[in-house]
Amino acid sequence: MPTSDSRLKVKRDGAIVEVQFRDRNILDEANIQQIGDEVKAIIEAETAPKLLINFTDVDHLSSAALGTLITINNRVRALKGQLRLSNIDPQIYQVFVITKLNKLFEIHETAEKARASFK
Amino acid sequence: MTQPAEKPASDAADLRIRNARGDIDSAEERLLTLMAGQGYGDAARFAVRLAFEEAVINAFRHGHKGLPADTPADISLRIGPDEAVIAVTDQGPGFDPVTVPDCTLDENLEKTSGRGLMLIRSFMSGVRHEMGGRRLVMTYRKDGETAEG
Repeated sequence: MPTSDSRLKVKRDGAIVEVQFRDRNILDEANIQQIGDEVKAIIEAETAPKLLINFTDVDHLSSAALGTLITINNRVRALKGQLRLSNIDPQIYQVFVITKLNKLFEIHETAEKARASFK
Repeated sequence: MTQPAEKPASDAADLRIRNARGDIDSAEERLLTLMAGQGYGDAARFAVRLAFEEAVINAFRHGHKGLPADTPADISLRIGPDEAVIAVTDQGPGFDPVTVPDCTLDENLEKTSGRGLMLIRSFMSGVRHEMGGRRLVMTYRKDGETAEG
């Protein structure tokens, strides 16, 4: 579970767990590792997790962070859950388009729309 | 007879950094400060910062694989009014960029690494490899022209 040293802000809305980042820049490899570990702990505490990752206030992320998102996506799928991403800055969204990861992830403009999309 | 001092066309810095967040952040801050001084906007600084980050991580993670953890990489910044040229040189054995797989192919889409070089090529105007792959030279042109260099 997130602690005072957590890199995440976590809130629950019914069955949906929404995660936001405390860092504006998701670049540091140790931080990315920690984020991956924390999200893994959150989703593994759920059955069929409904996870929303909200990128509000995130200014930069690296390809290592994309790798962690893919790992999270695989874990959510293995648990028969659903993953949504939202509030991605337009410049960062370009990173998803260039790498074609916008095809892999279900990305919504707002957290509200993402929450409404869970089945 | 001495010539009158002229403002240099480019701002330059040569840095040697280790694989530590503080070193990388300091170099990035220097880069962004030089770019701001030459009038580059937010989109340019986003692109160059992203490319710089990926290049440095590649140098340490792949270039220096098997080398002592404190092996430094060299950074050259030449920031002019029209283009910014950033070179990252590692001390590894080099590599052949042609052998890097295309991360956008369906079979590679879920791989958790291998996107750095593609992002660099996409966000920068020109990219070239020198010294057998040990040195990556990236150019960002303010006019937004994109062409492989």
